[in-house]
Amino acid sequence: MLARRINGHPVHRLRDEMDRLFEGFFQDTPYWNTLGARTYPPFNIWEDNHNLFVEAELPGMKMEDVEVLVSGKELTVKGSRSIELTEQATVHRQERPSGRFARMIQLPVDIRANDVSAELKEGVLLITLPKMAGVDPKRIEVKCASK
Amino acid sequence: MAQESAIQRKRGSEICQAEETRSGWHYRPHVDIVEHADELTLHMDMPGADAKKVDIRYENGLLSLHGMVEPRQPEDTRYLMREYGVGNFHRTFQIGETIDDSKITAEYRDGVLVVHLPKTEAVKPRKIAVRTT
Repeated sequence: MLARRINGHPVHRLRDEMDRLFEGFFQDTPYWNTLGARTYPPFNIWEDNHNLFVEAELPGMKMEDVEVLVSGKELTVKGSRSIELTEQATVHRQERPSGRFARMIQLPVDIRANDVSAELKEGVLLITLPKMAGVDPKRIEVKCASK
Repeated sequence: MAQESAIQRKRGSEICQAEETRSGWHYRPHVDIVEHADELTLHMDMPGADAKKVDIRYENGLLSLHGMVEPRQPEDTRYLMREYGVGNFHRTFQIGETIDDSKITAEYRDGVLVVHLPKTEAVKPRKIAVRTT
């Protein structure tokens, strides 16, 4: 499995790079002291005027498997995924990652920690973080100094 | 061999991966394949897919799995951080002829597609009672 075929396409290469990170984290090493531990799960982050949005793909997990913590500007997503295989079964291929994970990131703006919400739907976690009032960038009117 | 698997073995334990050309980009999802006494079970991570748009085909021993995933954000979203892409999933597996293709079932839950591939009666292990005379 480590000798994963590198496809020519950049997207596949990126995916493979990421896959390797996961593999190192989940399967071979103690979870907490590897570099890989900080890179799972991968995040997509975007914003609108009022909220920051953090999204992560967590297939096979339910909300009770996942913990979302906010402290100041720090967001932590942690949890675990267990994949149980019965003893009578023969495993032909095992690529899906399992185990515990935790990732902390620094948010770019102050948020209202009490109003943070998270939903997990079809394996996609979406965290909505309302921005603190006053952190919206304000448009500054530039006036011409008329003589 | 006693432990002959229903999946054709190629290059050691590697399951033969069919090559296929498809238009557009697609992701190669993580898959677990587990063999039980009466079936092969395939688990595939496909977060954010729509169960109605998951296409499973089995033809001539070739199992092809395709999941359509619509973008979740508008195309012009400006990401502060973007560590993964969202798009269609596709994988193909060469399966031995011992699968009863009329009984293949699949379900999608929590972003994981599970495909049950029941073995034909002929290859299911049977316990033979030994009679004494």
